[in-house]
Amino acid sequence: MKFGIIQFLGSNCEADTFHVVHNVLKQEAVYLWHEETDLKKVDCVILPGGFSHGDYLRAGAMAARSPIMQSVAAFADRGGLVLGICNGFQILCEAKFLPGVLVRNKNLQFISEDVELVLERTDTLFTSLYNVGQKIRLPIANMEGHYYIDDAGLTSLKKNNQIVLRYTNNPNGSIGDIAGIINEKGNVFGLMPHPERASEKILGNNEGRLIFESIIKLCRR
Amino acid sequence: MSTLTDQEYQQVVQALGRKPNEVELGIFSVMWSEHCCYKSSKIYLKQFPTKSSRVLQGPGENAGIIDIGDGYAIAFKMESHNHPSFIEPYQGAATGVGGILRDIFTMGARPIASLNSLRFGAMNHPRTPYLLRGVVAGIGGYGNCMGIPTVGGETTFDECYNGNILVNAFTLGVLKKDKIFRGIAKGVGNPVILVGSKTGRDGIHGATMASDVFDKESESKRPTVQVGDPFTEKKLMEACLEAFELEGAIVGIQDMGAAGFTCSSFEMSAKGGVGMELMLDKIPLRETGMTPYEIMLSESQERMLLIAQKGREEDLRKIFEKWELEFAIVGEVIAEKRVKGYFHGELAFDLPVEPVTDAAPVYERPVEVPGTRFQVPSTSNLESRTSDNYNDILLKLLSSPNLCSKEWVWRQYDKTVGTNTLLASGADAAVVRIKENGKAIAMSVDGKAKDCYLNPYLGAVETVAEAARNLVCVGAKPVGVSDCLNFGNPENPEIMWEFKEVCRGLTDACKKFETPIVGGNVSFYNETEGKNIYPTPIVAMVGLLEKGVTPMTPWWKQNGDIIYLIGENNDQPFDFEQELAVQGLCLEAFQKGLLQSAHDVSEGGLAVTLAECCFGKNSLGATVDVNDGLAPEAILFGEAPSRIVVSLKPENEKEFVALVKNGVTSPTLIGKVGGNKLKINDWVDESIDKLWKGWVTALG
Repeated sequence: MKFGIIQFLGSNCEADTFHVVHNVLKQEAVYLWHEETDLKKVDCVILPGGFSHGDYLRAGAMAARSPIMQSVAAFADRGGLVLGICNGFQILCEAKFLPGVLVRNKNLQFISEDVELVLERTDTLFTSLYNVGQKIRLPIANMEGHYYIDDAGLTSLKKNNQIVLRYTNNPNGSIGDIAGIINEKGNVFGLMPHPERASEKILGNNEGRLIFESIIKLCRR
Repeated sequence: MSTLTDQEYQQVVQALGRKPNEVELGIFSVMWSEHCCYKSSKIYLKQFPTKSSRVLQGPGENAGIIDIGDGYAIAFKMESHNHPSFIEPYQGAATGVGGILRDIFTMGARPIASLNSLRFGAMNHPRTPYLLRGVVAGIGGYGNCMGIPTVGGETTFDECYNGNILVNAFTLGVLKKDKIFRGIAKGVGNPVILVGSKTGRDGIHGATMASDVFDKESESKRPTVQVGDPFTEKKLMEACLEAFELEGAIVGIQDMGAAGFTCSSFEMSAKGGVGMELMLDKIPLRETGMTPYEIMLSESQERMLLIAQKGREEDLRKIFEKWELEFAIVGEVIAEKRVKGYFHGELAFDLPVEPVTDAAPVYERPVEVPGTRFQVPSTSNLESRTSDNYNDILLKLLSSPNLCSKEWVWRQYDKTVGTNTLLASGADAAVVRIKENGKAIAMSVDGKAKDCYLNPYLGAVETVAEAARNLVCVGAKPVGVSDCLNFGNPENPEIMWEFKEVCRGLTDACKKFETPIVGGNVSFYNETEGKNIYPTPIVAMVGLLEKGVTPMTPWWKQNGDIIYLIGENNDQPFDFEQELAVQGLCLEAFQKGLLQSAHDVSEGGLAVTLAECCFGKNSLGATVDVNDGLAPEAILFGEAPSRIVVSLKPENEKEFVALVKNGVTSPTLIGKVGGNKLKINDWVDESIDKLWKGWVTALG
């Protein structure tokens, strides 16, 4: 399986993500530069965490308008797998791949800690190796992790069963305790927690690893 | 604005054989400032041990470098950003982090971890909450955006810092040992290139400001504080690290920190025994109308000066332009040992290198032993206690500003980015793995200002000892030190005496612990309206864990484990041999796999230490019995040095005790892990939950 990890100016989790998919999970991985449009025939595009364009204007707003995102849009339309982690999730919302928006945490501070999450859906391409209702711990590290969507949007998210991950103890004011959502088609997934930081036993936590392994399993099939 | 003394000015005139012009005077002012030339401290710093078989680069470069085997090395340094942080806490702290990160990647290393040591005024001082919030947000704002985890540090409060807070920032990076870059200019005709941000009017005379005391007008110095842009620095870091990979393209590189373009051009020339011809018109500027004086003294952040191999300019330009950074060829290396600056076709300044750098004044300032401070400070805290209820006293200590959990602070620092963090804030030391060779690095920053105030020599020794003990408690062998020496006004003979004694203590201790001091800085003039801070040397010590070793943590692991105290509760003065024996036993027991946990006994004494051991995720309690004839206060809260609390499985007890060598204090069995309470003799009996809540909620 071939992963493509996008490097925006200011991304800072691309090497961590590369390390997990390539060195830990032994998959092929390439970086994709934000100004290019060639996706190098990858099977899954990952938008990594970081502070693309310094979070200036709004987190993810400028990265969403990068040349590479047009190719990612076409890729997603064709059913290609797209995973956005933290800043990557913010970019996916800004690029309208996913509904809603990430705003400042309720306490107006950066929050870095392990949080407990509950798996709402395990019939997705990104979470098939977990059990429904399973609780996992993953690190979060963000200033704008507070998910917001209007009432109609929230109703539609619920109706279409798009909420994949929820916080059990909401750290940032996210509406509906939402930590991760998927698009209606089921091929674009965004989450604020960092599964790539919890994919190796030596780091004391590998509960995020099954997200990558769920994706890899697809290709083996 | 010149801060040279009359005598220094005469020295300048003599060296030049003429009067300096305005720009030249500005250059001398910053280069001869305390901050840049260490004129008051130099004679004492010379005695520091700086070498070992592992040291690849000692003091004098942007950072020290230590060999960690397998072809890899670590670069690390700690630096102060005290004065700017007091004036403008967010930007002052942020640019402190930015500066230390640049120091590390300038050497060719990729930064992988930061720590910091913070000192604020009394919690109830009106400015403290504002400064605390600003500094913490600034450190997080810069480090988080850069993607460098802030994995540890310390934050404490004392009224001596009411008018002068301390912000000391440490960063460590990894590099290949045969790919070290240095701040040197070489090769006549090679281009001098400025990369990174544009140059603006911010930070002019920052170094001079940092070399002066504060008075009522300090608020007006806000414009001397630089403004940080971590996004640009992130791009600059990636571009530099990419450029270093171009074999032979970069000859030398130096960060533009204090005294900006002036410092980097003169220092690089001095190191290479060459000069430079600079075209100031070619420097990309943020604003129009800047004068040569402003250009040379600007401390705009996120800039680097590099010397390229002639002919490689375009290869380098491609990289910096890819990262959307300025790349300007602003001059060239010349054989004549002078730095000349041209502006609008005219010679703006023309100075010989040597008088500006090597001939900077060196002072042996008068020292005087202070008269009255050797009485133990008021024991008002003990006297004001309302009862002999040790539960209450312990709870009060655990929730006091200096001993309580700093979770409110750490929560704002990204601790896990980089996926190397094995142990972060809360443990005795932070530990990060080195992906490149499978080893791990432990880091601890420590300061014991009150001890240094009472006895600067011993205080400094005990600071080093505590840093080493912290590393040993996570299972690491100490290998090197970087330090920040934060002091009051050096023109005050008592302060100078403190400095002299602290340096003597650091020297003796670092020799004993075989931890050479490979870099650091001195911050004098931490004085506001005549009030000086306590002498506050901060020691950042780095240790090594071998391949595949999991670091030790302070927390109890299992019901039924037995608890030993290594070291003694008495009030004997600090003793090197005892300290080394205690650390040696702990490290050996760890390496043999005999220990379940280890925790240094420090501020708050044994009771606070034992309580902290109970604050692991499993909230295990303990029952402890100590019978060594001392008063309850002394046993519970005494801060005697050289002690470590360890726990082990009962089946390992025999082998552990057998490790004790002749002539060394035997460890004492003091209790057992279990239950959900902490019980110490019949003095303390409290639920872990209550102690933990008091500890964890005090600051938030």
